[in-house]
Amino acid sequence: MSKNLRVKSSKFIDETYRVSFKFNGSRYYGYKGDTLASALLANDIHLVGRSFKYHRPRGIMTSGSEEPNVIVQLHNNSDRTEPNVRATEIEIYEGLEASSQNCWPSVNFDIGGINNLLSPLLPAGFYYKTFMWPASFWEKYEYFIRKSAGLGKSPTTPDPDIYEHEYIHCDVLIVGAGISGIIAAKTAAKNGLKTLLVDEKPNLGGSTIYQNSEHFKINNQNSGSWLEKEINEIKKIDNLDIRIRTSVAAFHGYNFLLARENLTDHLPIEQRKNKTRQKLLKIRAKKVITATGSLERPLIFDNNDRPGILLSSAIKRYADLFGVACGEKNIFLTNNDSAYETAISLIQKGIKVEAIVDNREEIESKLLYEVEKNNVKVFKGFTIVNTNGYKKINKVSLMKLSKDGQKVIGSKINLSCDCLGVSGGWTPAVHLFTQSGGKLKFREEDQVFIPNKYSSEQISIGACNGDLTLEDIIENTPKYLKEFLNIKKTDYDNVEVFSSENKSKRNIWLLPSDKILGKTKSFVDYQNDATAKDIKLALREGFRSIEHVKRYTTTGMGTDQGKLGNMHALGIISETAGTKMGEHGTTTFRPPYTPLTFGTIVGRNVGEYFDIFRKTPMHEWHLKNKAEFENVGQWKRAWYYPKNNENMFEAVQRESKAARENAGILDASTLGKIDIQGTDASEFLNRVYTNAWSKLAVGKCRYGLMLNEDGMVYDDGVTTRLGENHYIMTTTTGGAANVLGKLEDYLQTEWPELDVYLTSVTDHFATISVCGPNSKKIISNVIPDLDLSDENFPHMSFKNTKIGKVNCRVMRISFTGEHSYEINIQANYANSVWEKCMEVGKDFNITPYGTETMHLLRAEKGFIIVGQDTDATMTPIDLQMDWIVSKKKYDFIGKRSLYRSDTIKDDRKQLVGLLTDNPNEILEEGAQIVADVNKSPIEMLGHVTSSYYSPNLKKSIALGVVRGGKNMMGKKLIIPMENKTINVTVADPVFLDKENKRLNA
Amino acid sequence: MFIINCPFCGEREQSEFKAGGEAHIERPKQPTELSDDEWAEYLFMRKNIKGIQFERWNHIHGCRKWFNMVRDTSNDEIKAIYKMGEKPPVK
Repeated sequence: MSKNLRVKSSKFIDETYRVSFKFNGSRYYGYKGDTLASALLANDIHLVGRSFKYHRPRGIMTSGSEEPNVIVQLHNNSDRTEPNVRATEIEIYEGLEASSQNCWPSVNFDIGGINNLLSPLLPAGFYYKTFMWPASFWEKYEYFIRKSAGLGKSPTTPDPDIYEHEYIHCDVLIVGAGISGIIAAKTAAKNGLKTLLVDEKPNLGGSTIYQNSEHFKINNQNSGSWLEKEINEIKKIDNLDIRIRTSVAAFHGYNFLLARENLTDHLPIEQRKNKTRQKLLKIRAKKVITATGSLERPLIFDNNDRPGILLSSAIKRYADLFGVACGEKNIFLTNNDSAYETAISLIQKGIKVEAIVDNREEIESKLLYEVEKNNVKVFKGFTIVNTNGYKKINKVSLMKLSKDGQKVIGSKINLSCDCLGVSGGWTPAVHLFTQSGGKLKFREEDQVFIPNKYSSEQISIGACNGDLTLEDIIENTPKYLKEFLNIKKTDYDNVEVFSSENKSKRNIWLLPSDKILGKTKSFVDYQNDATAKDIKLALREGFRSIEHVKRYTTTGMGTDQGKLGNMHALGIISETAGTKMGEHGTTTFRPPYTPLTFGTIVGRNVGEYFDIFRKTPMHEWHLKNKAEFENVGQWKRAWYYPKNNENMFEAVQRESKAARENAGILDASTLGKIDIQGTDASEFLNRVYTNAWSKLAVGKCRYGLMLNEDGMVYDDGVTTRLGENHYIMTTTTGGAANVLGKLEDYLQTEWPELDVYLTSVTDHFATISVCGPNSKKIISNVIPDLDLSDENFPHMSFKNTKIGKVNCRVMRISFTGEHSYEINIQANYANSVWEKCMEVGKDFNITPYGTETMHLLRAEKGFIIVGQDTDATMTPIDLQMDWIVSKKKYDFIGKRSLYRSDTIKDDRKQLVGLLTDNPNEILEEGAQIVADVNKSPIEMLGHVTSSYYSPNLKKSIALGVVRGGKNMMGKKLIIPMENKTINVTVADPVFLDKENKRLNA
Repeated sequence: MFIINCPFCGEREQSEFKAGGEAHIERPKQPTELSDDEWAEYLFMRKNIKGIQFERWNHIHGCRKWFNMVRDTSNDEIKAIYKMGEKPPVK
C-alpha cells in the first residue's frame, strides 16, 4: 500500500536526513522536519485511529494541536510510553514507535466497530440513561465502561525523564509567532523592551511562512519570503527571547501564564539522556500580546468524518511545508475563499484538483478565476450531502443548495476522489484571551467571537483578534501595537500589501441533506462522536444552556476540548432554538489549551523532593537506631524503634513498659515553641488561654488550653514563665504555625495596644524528654550541677542551667505521668546531649521511645491529644476538663461560646474512657459506638478516638467521644464491627495513677 | 495569581499571602453582655459578595503583617490596600 506521496522538496524538511519509525508495528520512513502525521500521509496512510464511541475509522484531519482524531500511543510497553499524543504535533525521530489507540485487535479490523452499527441505540446521554438504575449496580457498570472507554494507556513505571520549572519575568510576552506575532516581537524588542516570544510549533512564521503565492504580497515580495527576512532579523535581537515548541497552557489573571517548553521530544531517545525533557515556564509579563491566530472550521454534513477528509488549510500546510500530497484526486468543499488558496498551492505542485464545491452562489474572486483557468470545475451554490468509503473516502455526492440554504434541491451528482478538503471559514483562537478573564463579542458578518474587553494589560492581534486576512493584519497590527506599547512609530507603518482574497462567506452551521436528520451522521465533535443529531436531541429533551448541552452530548469534552466543533455546536443550538448566536455565549475555555504531562506539572518535585520535610537534630541518630518514622505535619518523627524483628505492636509494648519501669527518652523537638516577651505578656496569655496566668510565678510552668472563638479546643501545651515579662509557649507539633499565626492576628488586629512580641523558636531549640523512675538519676549524671531535689526543683517548674558550657533550660513537666524532665538546648548541641543521656542511661536501662509509645503512655493517663481525641467540635467541657476553664476571668478567646445554647446541651459528644469486657480485645480507632443494635436505624452515639493495649495495666484501654457520655459512667455500650459486636463499659478516662504519685516517684 | 502590594514590603506574588476573610468585623469588647444571637452574628455571619468586597490579608511568608484589601471578586481587581486600623478609602 505504501505509495510515495512526497511531491516536492520543501525547504522546511531535510531530505538528506532520512528517519525511520514504526507505526502499528510496520516500519516507515520520513525526513527530519516531518511530523508523524506528515510522514504517514507521505506513505499514503490516512487511517490512524478509531473514534471513541462508535469506533469509526478516523484519519488525519488537521496539521496542528487542534487535531481531534489522530491521537496515538508512543512507545507502548516502555517506561516512556505516553498516551493521547497528537500525531500532527509530534516530530519524527529515529526509533519513534507509535500505535493507534481505542481499537482492538487492530485499527484496520476493530471489534468495537460494531458500535457503529448499533449507533441508533447509542444516543446522546446513553450512558446516563442506561446505567442509572439500579444505583447500586453503578460500580459494576463503571468497571466495564471505563475499560472500553479508555483513551490510551498510562505508563505503569516511573517516568525516567527530567522536568523543570522556570520563572520568567518580562516586559512583553508574545504568544504565537505567526506574521502578527513576529511584527509585535520586533516592534517591542526594538523599543528596548525585554521581550519573550513563544510558539507551539518547531518553526516560526505560522501559516504565512510557507505562503509563496503570487496572490499574497508584502512590499512586492511574496508574503512568505518577506516574513522570512523579518524572522532572520529578530533572531539577532539581544533582548528578545524566542522559545519554540512552547505551548501556552494557561493565561491567568494579572498576566501570569503557564507554558510548556518541549526540549527533547523531537530527538532520538539516545540523545535525550541527562537532558531536561520539558519545562514548565511560569511567566509574569507586564504586558501580554496574544497572537494565537485562528483555526479553520470544518463543515457539518453526513459522513463528514471519513479518513481522507481534512481541513483545507491542513492540506495546504502538508503540501507547502512538508511537500506531501494528501491525495491524488482532491475535491474541496468550502464556503469561503480559503479552499481556493489551497487548490492553487496543489495545482502549482502538480497535484490534481478535481473540483471545488462552494456553498456560495455568486463569487467574485481572483482566486476562483485562477482555479477555473486550471480547468478545475467549481460547483457554485452546491454542497456535499454524503461521502463514501469505509477506511478512506472514495466518492462524494453533491446537490444544489436552496436559496435559503436550508434544503438541497435537484439531482445528486457523484464525484470520485481520494481526498476531500473542507473549509468552513475561520475561528479566532480566543482560548487564552477568555481564560484570562476577557469578554467576547460576536461579529455577525462572518459569525465569529472576537475579544471585546480585556481583563489585564494585554491585547490580541492578528487573526485571533478577528483580523482574518493579510490586508487586515498588516493594516491594523502596527496601529494596535503603537497604542498598546505607547510608541510613535513602527517599521510596519508604510508596508504595502496585496491580497487576492475575497472576504465573502456563506455560513451554514449544519449543511442540509437529502436524508432526514435521524439518518445522518454529521459529526460535530469528532473525538467524542457527538453528532448534530445528538445536539438536536438534547435540545428536544429540554436542555437549553450551552454548558448543559455540552456535558449531555459530551461535545467539546475530548482531549482536543472541541477546538474544531464547538462553534458549530453553538450554531446548531441557536438555529434550532431560534435564538441569536451571541446570546448563548460560549462554553468556558479552561486551561490547559493543550494537555500537559504530569511530569511538567510536578517538575523536580518528585521522589524525596515531592514535599518538604523537617528533621530534628537527632534525626541521624534515629536513623542509625533503626527508627520507623511517622509524618507529623512536615516533620519526620521517630515512631518506634523495632529491635530484633519486632513488629510495631511488640516494639511499642516494650518501650511503654520500659518508660514506666526504668526510663524512657523521647525526641520532643518538633513541639512548637513560641517566645513571648513584653510588658503585657501575662495579660496576653490570660486572653488566649482558658485558665489564669497572672499569678504564675517566675520559674513555673503551666498547662494551657487554647480555644477558637467558637469555644472549640484549638491547641494545648505547657507555657513556662522565664521572667517577669518573658514566657515560652509550647504548642502541638502540627499546630505550631497556625497557633503563631492566630496569636499574631489577635495582636495586630484586635489588641494592638498590648506590648507583646512573638518569635517562633521551634527550630532553634531541641527538646529531649527523659521520663521514668530512673530519670532523676540520669539527669543528675548529665547535669551534675543541677539540684534535682523536689524542694528546689518541683514538678511544673523550670531551671536555667548549663551542660558543659552550653546554656539550657530544663523543665520538670510530664506528658506520661512519670517523673520527667525536658531538656531544651540550642539545636546544634542537641545530638551530643542526647547521646550523653543514652550513654549515662545505659546503667539505668534507658529506652528510646517514639510517638506511638508516647501516645500510649499519655492515654493511660487520660491526657488528650488535640486533633486525635478532639476535632473542631469539642469544648473543654465536652472533654471533662472544666477544671482548666477559669470562672473568674472576664474574657478569653472562646469564653462567650461556652454558654451558647448549643454548647451547654447535655447530649453533646463527651470524652470518656472505654474498657472492653474482654481485656485482650483492642478497639479500632474510629469505630462507631452504639447502645442498641436492634434499633433501626442504629443510633450512633459516638466513636473511638484512641485505643491501645496497655502493657502496664495488662488490658486494653480506649478513649472515645459519646453523646451524653459524662453521665454514663459504668454504662455498657456496644461497638459493632463487621463480623462481631464488642461490649464495652464507660469508664474514667484516667486509667493509671489517678493520684499522680508517679510524678514524684 | 495576583500581585499584591503589601503596605510594608511592596509588590509580591499572591503565593506569599494568606486570605483572612471579611474585614472590619471587630471582636466585641464585652462578649459576656451579648445575647446568643448577637454573639452568633459576630461569630458566624460573613458576607460573600460578587463584586466589591473588603477583606483581610496576611503577608504570611513575608513580613507576617495583616492588612486590608478592597477587591472586586468578580474579576480579582484589587481596588485598594490599607493598613490595619486605617479607615477604608471608599465605602
